[in-house]
Amino acid sequence: MLKPIFALAAFGLAFLSSSLASADDVKIGNLTISAPYVRAMVPGAPVGGGYMTITNTGGTDDRLVAASSPRAATVQIHEMKMDNDVMIMRELAGGLAIPAGKTIELKPGGYHLMFMKVAAPFLQGQTVRTSLKFEKAGTAEVDFPVGSIAANKEASHVK
Amino acid sequence: MSNRRRFAATAVALTLVVGAGAIGYATFLMAPKVRAAGNVGATFTLTDDRGEPITEKALSGHPSLVYFGYTHCPDVCPTTLYDMAGWLKTLGTQADGLKVYFFTVDPERDTPEIMHSYTGNFTDRIIGITGDPGEMQKAIKGWRIYARKVPSPDGGYTMDHTASVLLVDADGNLKGTIAYQENTDVALQKIRNLLQQD
Repeated sequence: MLKPIFALAAFGLAFLSSSLASADDVKIGNLTISAPYVRAMVPGAPVGGGYMTITNTGGTDDRLVAASSPRAATVQIHEMKMDNDVMIMRELAGGLAIPAGKTIELKPGGYHLMFMKVAAPFLQGQTVRTSLKFEKAGTAEVDFPVGSIAANKEASHVK
Repeated sequence: MSNRRRFAATAVALTLVVGAGAIGYATFLMAPKVRAAGNVGATFTLTDDRGEPITEKALSGHPSLVYFGYTHCPDVCPTTLYDMAGWLKTLGTQADGLKVYFFTVDPERDTPEIMHSYTGNFTDRIIGITGDPGEMQKAIKGWRIYARKVPSPDGGYTMDHTASVLLVDADGNLKGTIAYQENTDVALQKIRNLLQQD
């Protein structure tokens, strides 16, 4: 009797993983950029958030120093953290360090790209072309697929 | 009993136990940890997202959810508004008497029109509130919200702000808070508790 349920669950998982399938990894120098995505923006929202994982397989530290996109007037590199129940967000003036041998994750609630003055809101299904400028590795062109408004909202947990 | 069926039964039982635990925990958590309940609030004259005047009276006569954020917020605010819309949807008619307010901590940029189009994306139940920055400051201070403008290197600014949702009863008293990214069952139980108090 439970077979259909399992089949449905399997289908759901397959569907989920296919809908969350990210673009191919982008390699530049010793850096690998994987799972890039931006959140869909609600109409009227002036800013969008971008997320990805950057792995430095080399022996020297690198740094994400700037980002830009034709879809936004400017793209800033931000840090966000919760301090008690206060949301604190800062533009990282010196960029984001990608130390040798380390993986740095840009994710909701943490480091992120902030697309400022976005003329046409990001819509689910689009991709947003973004240039990422690294201190040593050079500039990578990365296509960020647009997820949902609450894309990859971290699973909530009882605090 | 086949193994599969036993597994399913165990899963159901586990879910029930965990759910009951979460709800018990939520009831226990109704007392806010950070702020003293009650004894907060402020008088203010502001503007709702339809351009109509709104005062502190909007926060009495019915229970309310109150959230302070801003539209230039890429992560916490859209997520919270999305969550609030989800809670309302789950509670359905249970939440008919509940009002939901989104105050901007950035009234200089967030006009009523911007607030209207922004909140309307999530649900038509969220009332956006903006207005004179001095009047907004009264609401921010009175509700003991932390909000601070932080200049960016590019000449713009971001806002640091309290990211919790306030649970306000029909008398305008603060009864508790829902933390950012609170477990959904816990959040729903806190809202149900608020609704039962009236």
